[in-house]
Amino acid sequence: MNTGTSFWKAAWAVFLKDLIAEWRSREILTAQWTFALLVIFIFDFALEFDPRAQQRVAVGVLWTLFAFAGTLGLNRSLSMERENQCLEGLLLAPVDRGALYLGKALANLVFLFVTAAIVIPVYSALYNVSLLHPGFLLVLFLGFVGYIAVGTLIATMTVQARTRDILLPLLLFPLILPIIVAAVRASEGFLLGNPWSEIRTWVNLLVVYNILFGTASFLAFDFVVEG
Amino acid sequence: MTSLMVDVRGLMKRFGYRWVLRGLDWTVESGQVVVLLGPNGAGKTTLLRILATLTRFQGGRVQVAGARLPQEATQARQRIGYLGHATFLYPDLSAEQNLRFFARLYQVPDAEARIHALLEQVGLLARRRDPVRTFSRGMQQRLALARVLLIDPPLLLFDEPFTGLDQEGAATLTDILHELAQQGRTLVLTSHDFPRVLPLATRFDLLHRGRITASLPNHGLTIQTLQDWYDTHVTTPVPEERV
Repeated sequence: MNTGTSFWKAAWAVFLKDLIAEWRSREILTAQWTFALLVIFIFDFALEFDPRAQQRVAVGVLWTLFAFAGTLGLNRSLSMERENQCLEGLLLAPVDRGALYLGKALANLVFLFVTAAIVIPVYSALYNVSLLHPGFLLVLFLGFVGYIAVGTLIATMTVQARTRDILLPLLLFPLILPIIVAAVRASEGFLLGNPWSEIRTWVNLLVVYNILFGTASFLAFDFVVEG
Repeated sequence: MTSLMVDVRGLMKRFGYRWVLRGLDWTVESGQVVVLLGPNGAGKTTLLRILATLTRFQGGRVQVAGARLPQEATQARQRIGYLGHATFLYPDLSAEQNLRFFARLYQVPDAEARIHALLEQVGLLARRRDPVRTFSRGMQQRLALARVLLIDPPLLLFDEPFTGLDQEGAATLTDILHELAQQGRTLVLTSHDFPRVLPLATRFDLLHRGRITASLPNHGLTIQTLQDWYDTHVTTPVPEERV
């Protein structure tokens, strides 16, 4: 068996399995959409009479709702592996644990992007902000990758715990704080038309975070699941 | 010449401060059908999970299907089929989709034909497109059996495989186990369903207080002799030893 080929094939198998399971159950996307849209509407009503405040907090609200909606998705994605002890079924396979991590992380990333594709147009309309800026889309991509890379690992760690609904955000949010801060700053910079020199630091932070934490999560997955 | 499919020396396993396996020595030769007996909590499931590479151990030497654990676990996993208490099946996927997923993961050649044949063998062909969530416990167990057979492993580990099966399901499983034994596969089972395992077994081993304390080759055994042998050995006190 070619190890390199089997790595990608295994990652693809897990990715495809998660997409098919979601297509049949629609549990992750329904939870994420419902939560995200509710947050948007609540903030819209709360800030209705203060358009300036609405503009000021717009990007912060967006990233906050992605962070919280993302935890719902991560929780459900890993809960699927808990039922019937499916995670052990995965671990029985003669494949690199990294491939399992990659497959799960890619599927979670797709779910978050699909949620963003639904949320952003609604958000743009209600907050009167155009988000179709290439720079903002780049930040969205970098922010999501870092968030999911760490989130998939932490969700795997907490999935067996009885208090996983609390434990996941409790462990995840301190770790992703640099991502949220950098993503909010960079998004604001791009949407307000600030010069690149002001935004560069935040984008660099996102890139460095993704490389460091992405690699660490990939390598640590083996230890987490072998526990 | 026979080769050893399972070779365990001085295996030690503890959960917290409680030692479950205390220097267990055990071998299973290629082509044998060994039924592991023992009272509840004796460590049968733990032993099978160690052999299946799912549980780590604290000491000793374990070699399964020619691969040493835990160093060569990936090689071992290619040669082991494990059916435990959980089915490892995804409830939202259909029977066919579950098997297709595992076929992709194990890179099973000619997967579609094999999936079709296995679903027919376990009597689930008509329900192949239904989500596993809608299956009864027995049907899920049969599908889990198909999952195990999908990769065609030389060593099969079954932990209480008859649990949850109705008469028809148990008969199907018995037939499949006979077929596997005739093909020369090595089977290790834990089961107290003596009538079902008696015609299959090459040998009965008793796991008690962390060790294999007795072994009984199956040379025309009857259910009564097996039951008497089991009762005698389980009630016989085993001297406690410090580990």
